[in-house]
Amino acid sequence: MSEDLSGIPTDELIQNMHDDLYDGVVDGVAAGTNELLRRGLTPSEVMNQALVGGMDIVGVDFRDGILFVPEVLMAAKAMKSGMEILRPLLANTGAEQIGTMIIGTVKGDIHDIGKNLVAMMMEGAGFKVVNLGINCDADKFLEAYREHQPEILGMSALLTTTMPYMDTVIKRFKEEGLRDKVIVLVGGAPLNAAFAEEIEADAYCRDAAVAVETAKKLIAIRRGH
Amino acid sequence: MLADGAMGTMLFQAGLQYGDAPETWNVTHPDAVRTIQRQYIQAGSNIVLTNTFGGTRFRLAMHNLQSRVTEFNQAAVALLRAEVEASGRDDVLVAGDIGPSGEILQPLGQLSFEDAVAGFEEQARALVAAGADVIWIETMSSLDEVRAAFAGARRASADIPIITTLSFDTHGRTMMGVTPEQALQAMTELGAAGVGANCGNGTDELFAAVQRMLATGPSVPIVAKSNAGMPRLVAGKAHYDATPAEMAEYALSVRAEGASIIGACCGSSPAHIAAMAEALRANPAGLAAKPRSEPAPAETAHAATAATDERAARRAARQARESSSAR
Ligand code: B1M
Repeated sequence: MSEDLSGIPTDELIQNMHDDLYDGVVDGVAAGTNELLRRGLTPSEVMNQALVGGMDIVGVDFRDGILFVPEVLMAAKAMKSGMEILRPLLANTGAEQIGTMIIGTVKGDIHDIGKNLVAMMMEGAGFKVVNLGINCDADKFLEAYREHQPEILGMSALLTTTMPYMDTVIKRFKEEGLRDKVIVLVGGAPLNAAFAEEIEADAYCRDAAVAVETAKKLIAIRRGH
Repeated sequence: MLADGAMGTMLFQAGLQYGDAPETWNVTHPDAVRTIQRQYIQAGSNIVLTNTFGGTRFRLAMHNLQSRVTEFNQAAVALLRAEVEASGRDDVLVAGDIGPSGEILQPLGQLSFEDAVAGFEEQARALVAAGADVIWIETMSSLDEVRAAFAGARRASADIPIITTLSFDTHGRTMMGVTPEQALQAMTELGAAGVGANCGNGTDELFAAVQRMLATGPSVPIVAKSNAGMPRLVAGKAHYDATPAEMAEYALSVRAEGASIIGACCGSSPAHIAAMAEALRANPAGLAAKPRSEPAPAETAHAATAATDERAARRAARQARESSSAR
């Protein structure tokens, strides 16, 4: 039998959802998301307080070696169950769409947990996100650019041996005369700001929250706000 | 026994482009592959791995080469076999290398156990048919995936010796959270001919993983195959810091601890293996260059924190409330 949520104070319900994310209880997160919406929280409040807040705890414990990849994957699945409920609502209530982003993991690299989190958070923040998946070569990024005309190109790499491919992609965008038309954001554990500068990306994003902030900030600058 | 050093990072130095499949070089650049293997044999390796780390259909599919599994793997064994014969040595084994699929098995990921077994079987069949002496399953992080690879290799041959090593690169465990003790127990139960650790975050962490396996009194030979430190990007190329002298010291200390198959991994070169061979020869077995620390205590459960306890208490309260409302 599923838990009766109606009598639980909102603070406690959010706390329970954090626990459900942590323990990878998919149904619990979905049910909590629906209940919070029923109580009148906005989709973005639900996302930030319940889902993102819970994933932050998971992220810290992963970094500290208390949780490992299986738990993070289960937590991401649980988050996805909530996001699936929120996504159509966010698209409706977000009024103006902030912008479009294409994002992919570069050629030779199959790590996508972090990139998918970034994609989810960007969506949550009101961006249209086109997720190109893993092992993306320059042609794939170029093709997607031409098809979707995004404001932002995001690239992820988790291997020291695949980071240099970001440089290849940026050079191809330059050759095609497209580099100045798009904001390039890069991320992934082995990167840093110096590397981003060296390959002439617009910014390095340490985590998903920084990616959202940076994307908003750079779009605003570009639009002359 | 001395195993070999890196293949992938040596091929990058020889001109393989980042992102391209090293296995294609068994067909397109056979001399480059053979030259590296020749240098390892000359340096003193008794076990040399085929250039087939990413030779499953799963990894080759990234390059749209999944239809060429048999071709690449058979070619790889033939190249290495030819080098071993040319060396005139009869104490060098051809190890058919199998690396991870790069996929995550169900229920966490998409790949079913049965599909994983079939993919590993396909690769192992090619390696066995071409004449590998042993199957060498390495750099694994999930126990389910090692089980699948082991089962695939067993289907390919009922009696070929199978060696398995995992990569303990995340807080002393594998990425998937497997401890050295758990890995040793599971691989011993499967019937592995050798169990150990490879790659990782440099010699200190690899030493610690091997030490923890040895502390449990293993009934199988223990394998140590450390990388030469962690890669740093220098002028667009991955650079590994550990020197041949440092790798020689590592070889002495893992032997002193009880490891019996010793080699190196990413970032190492024939020079590293030669230094290791020389050190192992020159120093009587049992003496480490420098004493190392006591083994870290075995850990079995996830580290408990105050937050863990609070979370458990909340969960218990929720369950109690649920069961009372259900009544
Ligand atoms: C705008 O654009 C942006 C903005 C921000 C962006 C961004 C893009 N991308 C990321 N961000 C940022 O925001 C995210 C959210 O906050 C963050 O994303 P992260 O990805 O950093 O963080 C995630 C939320 C969680 N982190 C992760 O998901 C990565 C975790 C670790 C454990 C890891 C995993 C899970 C895996 N791996 Co691999 N893996 C490791 C990792 C070790 C570790 N403990 O970190 C690492 C990255 N792996 C490594 C290796 C070597 C490998 N892995 C491999 C395979 C795998 C698995 C398949 C088992 C699995 C990936 C599953 C998947 N579907 O993604 C192999 C590579 C295959 C390939 N060709 O890609 C293989 C080569 C192992 C092998 N020998 O086969 C190491 C890389 C060493 C190096 N520096 O080069 C590694 C550091 C482990 C280690 N300590 O040795 C930020 O970086």
